Amino acid sequence: MSTTAEQLHDHHHEHPKGVLAWITRWLTTTNHKDIGTLYLWFSFLMFFIGGFMAMIIRAELFQPGLQVVDPMFFNSMTTMHALMMIFGAVMPAFVGLANWMLPMMIGAPDMALPRLNNWSFWILPFAFAMLLSTLFMEGGGPAAGWTMYAPLVLQTGDAFPFLIFSVHLMGISSVMGAINIIATVLNMRAPGMTLLRMPLFVWTWLITAYLLIAVMPVLAGAVTMLLTDKFFGTSFFNPAGGGDPVMYQHIFWFFGHPEVYILILPAFGIVSQIIPTFARKRLFGYASMVYATASIAFLSFIVWAHHMFTVGMPLAGELFFMFATMLIAVPTGVKIFNWVATMWKGAMTFETPMLFALSFVVLFSIGGFSGLMLAITPADFQYHDTYFVVAHFHYVLVPGAIFAITAAVYYWLPKWTGHMYNEFLGKVHFWASMIFMNLTFFPMHFVGLAGMPRRIPDYAVQFADFNWVSSIGAFGFGISQLLFLFIVIKTVRGGKKATSQVWEGAHGLEWTVPSPAPHHTFSTPPDVNLMHKEAHS
Amino acid sequence: MTEMNTVPAPANNRLVAKLLLVVLAMFGFGYALVPLYDIICDITGLNGKTGQVSAAEVVGPDESRTVTVKFVATVNNAAPWEFLPNDVTMKVHPGGIYTTSYRARNKTGRSLVGQATPSVSPREASLYFNKTECFCFTKQEFEPHEDRDMPVKFVVDRDLPSHIESLVLSYTFFDITDSSGKS
Amino acid sequence: MRHARAGLTVLFSGILLFLATPALAEWAVNMPVGVTPISREVYGLHMLIFWVCVAIGAGVFGVMLWSIFHHRKSRGVKAASFHEHHMVEVIWTVIPFLILVSMAVPAAKTLIRMEDTRDADLTLKVTGYQWMWQYEYLEDGVSFYSKLDSESNKARQLNSGIDPESVPHYLLNVDNPVVLPVNKKIRILTTANDVIHAWWVPALGVKKDAIPGFINEMWTLIEEPGIYRGQCAELCGKDHAFMPIVVKAVTEEEYRQWVAEQTGKSEAETASL
Repeated sequence: MSTTAEQLHDHHHEHPKGVLAWITRWLTTTNHKDIGTLYLWFSFLMFFIGGFMAMIIRAELFQPGLQVVDPMFFNSMTTMHALMMIFGAVMPAFVGLANWMLPMMIGAPDMALPRLNNWSFWILPFAFAMLLSTLFMEGGGPAAGWTMYAPLVLQTGDAFPFLIFSVHLMGISSVMGAINIIATVLNMRAPGMTLLRMPLFVWTWLITAYLLIAVMPVLAGAVTMLLTDKFFGTSFFNPAGGGDPVMYQHIFWFFGHPEVYILILPAFGIVSQIIPTFARKRLFGYASMVYATASIAFLSFIVWAHHMFTVGMPLAGELFFMFATMLIAVPTGVKIFNWVATMWKGAMTFETPMLFALSFVVLFSIGGFSGLMLAITPADFQYHDTYFVVAHFHYVLVPGAIFAITAAVYYWLPKWTGHMYNEFLGKVHFWASMIFMNLTFFPMHFVGLAGMPRRIPDYAVQFADFNWVSSIGAFGFGISQLLFLFIVIKTVRGGKKATSQVWEGAHGLEWTVPSPAPHHTFSTPPDVNLMHKEAHS
Repeated sequence: MTEMNTVPAPANNRLVAKLLLVVLAMFGFGYALVPLYDIICDITGLNGKTGQVSAAEVVGPDESRTVTVKFVATVNNAAPWEFLPNDVTMKVHPGGIYTTSYRARNKTGRSLVGQATPSVSPREASLYFNKTECFCFTKQEFEPHEDRDMPVKFVVDRDLPSHIESLVLSYTFFDITDSSGKS
Repeated sequence: MRHARAGLTVLFSGILLFLATPALAEWAVNMPVGVTPISREVYGLHMLIFWVCVAIGAGVFGVMLWSIFHHRKSRGVKAASFHEHHMVEVIWTVIPFLILVSMAVPAAKTLIRMEDTRDADLTLKVTGYQWMWQYEYLEDGVSFYSKLDSESNKARQLNSGIDPESVPHYLLNVDNPVVLPVNKKIRILTTANDVIHAWWVPALGVKKDAIPGFINEMWTLIEEPGIYRGQCAELCGKDHAFMPIVVKAVTEEEYRQWVAEQTGKSEAETASL
């Protein structure tokens, strides 16, 4: 590969000096690596802010009785924690990873729409500044849950229009980003990079991008209807005018269910990159993995009402959604089995990315199992709106999405920075995260089954012991992430020099460019056919 | 570097024109949804929308079958009305026309405007519950301390599935005096 | 010697387990079996799907664990090169599908039974308010509000200084409980006054949203007298955590007495069942 040519070319790419120049660079960059970096740092910041809110929640729930905050503020913490984590941490992190890696993985010089890329990012700081500012408004921040059910959400004070507007902005950012990804993947693959040769991370992001375009407008519609119900005399969800609060739930969850797959499919892609590398063995069943991902994406559109089983649906509806939801376990199971088959008879080493990826497989599966239990409608009547649900989605989101993102950061940091991270510290971060995460969320299964509802700042005394354990775990988990911040900053600033390949078992175009990757890569498309022939000769 | 854009300008213009047309079509579709929704709700009985039949269409009661109808009333948002069903329960034959009424009383010394919305349980029964005359969705203006009876004439469809032996008709009464849309 | 050691171990473990039982009850880790036919069926479904998941999990994680120990580079193994196998893929698609079907059948049966509200003996209308419940007994003409009892309410105030452990049934006690007769099918209608609430008593195995402007229904048949506590199960504003439900299930006679007290009529007059 013409890596030396790339390096020579890049020597001419010096960034101008001075504070103003620095600000201008980051404000106006259209470079996918820069924009990826912006998204990742932004998401890290949102992760800490959302995490801080979680600490407030767990501090209040540490003991029975109300000691820390009043119930209204507590409700705004649960609401904002979710909004920050979902829209501010997980989604932008995945977009950041996509921005950094997708063009390199397919041999493209940049994203298809670089200026749109810049705008997609810069909307986000405005959206979240607006959202966070609502905490200081009359009536406090939004406190009706991230699901914003009508009519409760219409009781929100001054924060209401800002909540709606910031959700709109986040949606626009996501949709524009998704358009960019689809245009890039479908149009800018290097010659020889057929769709079925693409890395799994590209595939999962391609499918996720379609999901985003399909459902973010639905969320926009739902929140716009909330806005008009409150300010313009409509009655979409107001029974007095012939409307139906349940219709809001249908519309929201029609967005909401594909949204949770948007939150996990890129994670599946990341794990599918990492396990083969550290097992030194090709991903088992590549084609099945693609089809399974596509099946999950398709099925995600026809299961939304499993979030609403207690709403008073006709029996036929309940049965349909129960069966369809259970069905999703099949392609998801296929993926898990394929990852295990990739490990099987490999030659594994257990660097930090692999540790996070393997714990993803185990812990996400546990989240999947509780999800299967929730799918059983008559049982769901006992689980719905309890901590059992909170346990389920935190298992799929924390050791699911978050651990995958963390794994990806460790995996690709050497490529981004040119330095190896400190492996010992990485392992400490891993074990601390693993242990504290389980301490935080496993007991929630128990208290949920024992009858503790969700979204409550205070609880009956029989739930006290496990809540105490959860809170300790949460504080530990929070502190562990500070170690992660330290590791990342340390690696950016220096460390053992990384090679192009970085990892012995790594395969793919991104590992053919130098580390750190030059500001512009693949200005000349690589010859994938030639590489493929050489690799398989 | 990447190749310069070699697509000619007319092709771009055609694409823009097509895309604008799609946007217009979507707006049109949005407007058409208003009558479309009415049709869909009528056919499926969604939103508790019951059937509306004219008295002339009714065939006659099926004496072999008895269905219990319970009448329930709720005042929304602690609005200052007393709102009660005059009959709590009624045994009816599907196919026969029956009349009942609800009584509403304005408890305050001011004029108020109210509106009632119906709801039927079980949901699937709403398709077979036809009101030939009712006060649903009609603005009701009340003088101070006024009370009035509001009639409901209904027919339970003979096609009511056999496993449904009893159903509930519920009205919720809303205060819409301040009809700026805020609930 | 070995037998003696084994025997002692068993004895010790038995004693420990026996002693742990009351502790286990405190550290409640599972759903209650409940006191209605439906709650028992639901518990059965819950345990069935739970054990199925445990079995699958043990299998998959067991394989992973083995692989982690045996297929590691530090053991000097060389990675194999297989990366697909159609038959295996088919098998591990079809078998989970069949397992799911076997779960779906009993689940559907229970669900159908849960939605069968025919032949109810009594109708209770429940209205959710911010932040309390209103109960109306349609046949017996009883109507009252039920809210968090005053002791709990005092203790739950921010920095009240009152230890929740000192309050009986903290946050699960009300001023006016729902009184219901055992062994009668009770149809429960739910609606709400303002925002969406949800009525839930775990021991009865039923939960349904209470939606303003709409009426929902569920049914229950309580087989054992006792006091059963539940909570609102849909976020409804600042005091969502503070509007519990208490159901007192009593014999039919005691129920008639209670109705008579509530309505001021004689017991004979209230016998409508």
